Amino acid sequence: MEVLQLLVSGISQGCVYGLIALGFVLIYKATEMVNFAQGDLMMLGAFFAYTYLNLMELHFLVALPLTIFTMAILGAFTERVMIRPMIGEPHFSVLMLTIGLGFILRAAAGAIWGNEPRSLDLPYAGGVIDLGGLIIGYENLVIVIGTAMLCTLLFLFFRFTRLGIAMQAASQNQLAAFYVGIPVKRIYSLVWAISAGISAVAGILVAPVSLIDPLIGFIGIKAFAAAIVGGFGSLPGAIVGGLIIGIVEQFAGLYLPTGFSDVSAYVILLVMLLIRPEGIFATMQQKKV
Amino acid sequence: MRFIRKTHYKQDIQLFKHEGQVFWYGLLAAGLLAAPFLLSDFYLGELSLVFIYAIAGIGLMLLTGYTGLVSLGHAAFLAIGAYTHAYFLAQGWPFLLSATTATLFTALIGGIVGIPALRMTGIYLAVATLAFAIIVEQVLVHWESVTGGFRGMAVELPAIGALALDGSFNFYFLCLAVLVVSLWLALNLLRSPTGRAMTAIRDSEISAQSMGIHLAYTKTTAFAISAGFTGLAGSLLAHKIGYLAPDSFTLLTSIQLLLMVVVGGLGSLHGVIYGAIFIGFLPQGIAVLRDTLPSGIAQIPGLEPGIFGLILVLVLIYEPLGIYGRWLKIRSYFEAFPLYRKAMHKRQRSYLRTERLR
Repeated sequence: MEVLQLLVSGISQGCVYGLIALGFVLIYKATEMVNFAQGDLMMLGAFFAYTYLNLMELHFLVALPLTIFTMAILGAFTERVMIRPMIGEPHFSVLMLTIGLGFILRAAAGAIWGNEPRSLDLPYAGGVIDLGGLIIGYENLVIVIGTAMLCTLLFLFFRFTRLGIAMQAASQNQLAAFYVGIPVKRIYSLVWAISAGISAVAGILVAPVSLIDPLIGFIGIKAFAAAIVGGFGSLPGAIVGGLIIGIVEQFAGLYLPTGFSDVSAYVILLVMLLIRPEGIFATMQQKKV
Repeated sequence: MRFIRKTHYKQDIQLFKHEGQVFWYGLLAAGLLAAPFLLSDFYLGELSLVFIYAIAGIGLMLLTGYTGLVSLGHAAFLAIGAYTHAYFLAQGWPFLLSATTATLFTALIGGIVGIPALRMTGIYLAVATLAFAIIVEQVLVHWESVTGGFRGMAVELPAIGALALDGSFNFYFLCLAVLVVSLWLALNLLRSPTGRAMTAIRDSEISAQSMGIHLAYTKTTAFAISAGFTGLAGSLLAHKIGYLAPDSFTLLTSIQLLLMVVVGGLGSLHGVIYGAIFIGFLPQGIAVLRDTLPSGIAQIPGLEPGIFGLILVLVLIYEPLGIYGRWLKIRSYFEAFPLYRKAMHKRQRSYLRTERLR
C-alpha cells in the first residue's frame, strides 16, 4: 500500500513536470529554440491565477480561461520583443537569452506580488478519495486528468489541424516553409502563446500541491531534465519523462538517504545522456553535412 | 590603420603583434603595479576579486568562447577548487602545493565530466553541466565530514613559506601574478596546435574532423583545461571570501560566469577582462543605483539578478560580440574614418534547418 501511495504522488508530481516539459517541447518542436524560462512562465501563470482568484475573487471557471489568455498574450509579446530579433542566431544565444528572461520574470514577480509563499483558493483543493486505504487528493486527481486532456488536445492539434501541420513544417525548414506560404513569424508567436498558456495551466495545477512564490520556477530545470529523458521534441516523451522523474523522486525520498531525492532527477538525466542521449522517444539524429 | 609587414612565419604567432601593443600593455602593467600604492584597501579588494573572476573567466572562455561548448555549471568547478584547496590547507599542506593539487584535481574532474560531453552538443551539454553543478552543490551540503555542510568551512590564511599573503596589499599581488601567468598560459595554448584545434571545432566540428582533429581528445582536453583554470580561481576565491559555504556556489554563480564571458565578448581574452571588470563592479553600480532610485523600487529583493538578466538580454540582442566587439567597432570607425560603413560588421543571418530528420 505504501508503494502504491508513493506511486500515486509520484505520478501526480510527474504530470506537473510533464506539463512544463510539454511547454519546452512545443517551443522546441516548432522553432527549435530552447526556452529556459518555461518554469518561470509557469510561476507567472500561477501568480496571475492568484490575482484573479484570490484578489479579484472571480469564479474558477472565469479565472482559468482568463489566466490562460493573459499568459498567451504575454507569451506572444515575449516572442515578438525578445525572440524574434534572435531568429537565425545560434541556439546558444537564445538559450542564454531565455535564462536572462527567467531572471527578469522572477525579479518582476517578486516586485509585484512579493516573495512570501501564497496559496491559491481553488474550489477542489483539500478533498480526498479513499480507495480502500489508498488516499488520493482531489488536487492530484485533477493534475492527472488535466494533463491527460491537454496531451490529447495537443496530439490532435498537431496531427489533424492545418495550423499544427504548418507548425511542424516551420520547425523542419524555416525557409522552405516560408516559400510554400506559411507565415513563419506569426506561427512563432502563436507557438509561444500556446506554450505560455500550457504553463499557465501547469501553474494552476501545481499551486495546491506546492505554495506559489517567485522561486517555484526552478522546478522548470527538473522538467527540462524530463523533456530530455523523454526525447526532446517528442510530446509523449515529455510526459513519460516527467512521470519517470516524478516517480523515481518519490521513491528516492523514502528509500535513499536525504539529499538523494533532490538530485535523483539530475542523476537520471546524466545516466540517460550517457547511455541514450537522444532520449526514449528519439527525434534527433546526427546532423549530416 | 596599421599594416604590419610580415617577413617571417613566426610573426603570425608572436604574443605582441607590433611595438604599439608592447607600449600600451607595458603602461597597463605599470599602472597595475602602482595601483596598490594609490588605491584604498576597499578598491584593492575589489580589484583582487576582479582578477579572480578573470581567471575563472579564462577557463570558461577557453571552453565556451574558443571550443564552442557551453557550460552552465562552472560554479561547480569553482567550488571543487575552493573546497579542495581549503581542505588540504586544513591538513597542513603548504599553500603552493595545495593550490596546485586543487587545480589538478579540478582539471581531472573536468576531464571526467567532459567524457560524456563528447556525445552531446549544444543544449544537451549545457543541461548536463547544469545537472552536474546541482549534484555537486548537494554533495557539498551533505558530505559534512569534508565540507562542513551548511555550517561551512573556514579557510586558513594564505602564506608562501614565511611570507604571509593575507592583507589586501599582498593578496592583490598574489591575484595579479596568478592572473598574468594564467593569461600567458592561455595565450600560449591558443597559439599551439591544441588551441587551434579547439577553435576549429568551434567553427565546424565536421570540417575539423575531416582535417584530422581528434574530436574526443580535443574536447576532453578543453574541458580539463577549462576546469583547471576555474579550480585555480576557486582556490584564490576561497581566501577572498574566507569562509566557504555551499550557497556561494549556486546556479546564479554559474550564470554570472557565463554572463561575464558573453558581456565581455565571446572568443577573445580581452573580453574576459572586460567582463570581469563589469561583473566585479556591477554590484557597486547597483548599490549606487539603489541609492538614487525611489525607495519603493530600490527595496525590491532580488533586484540584482533581475538586472543581471536584463543586461544579458540586451547584450545578446543588440551586441552579441559584447564589450570587446563594441570596442572593435569603435576602433575601426576611427581607423577607417570617414569611410566606415555599418555593414562592415554586419552579422550574417542564417536560416534554420532542423537537426531532426523526419
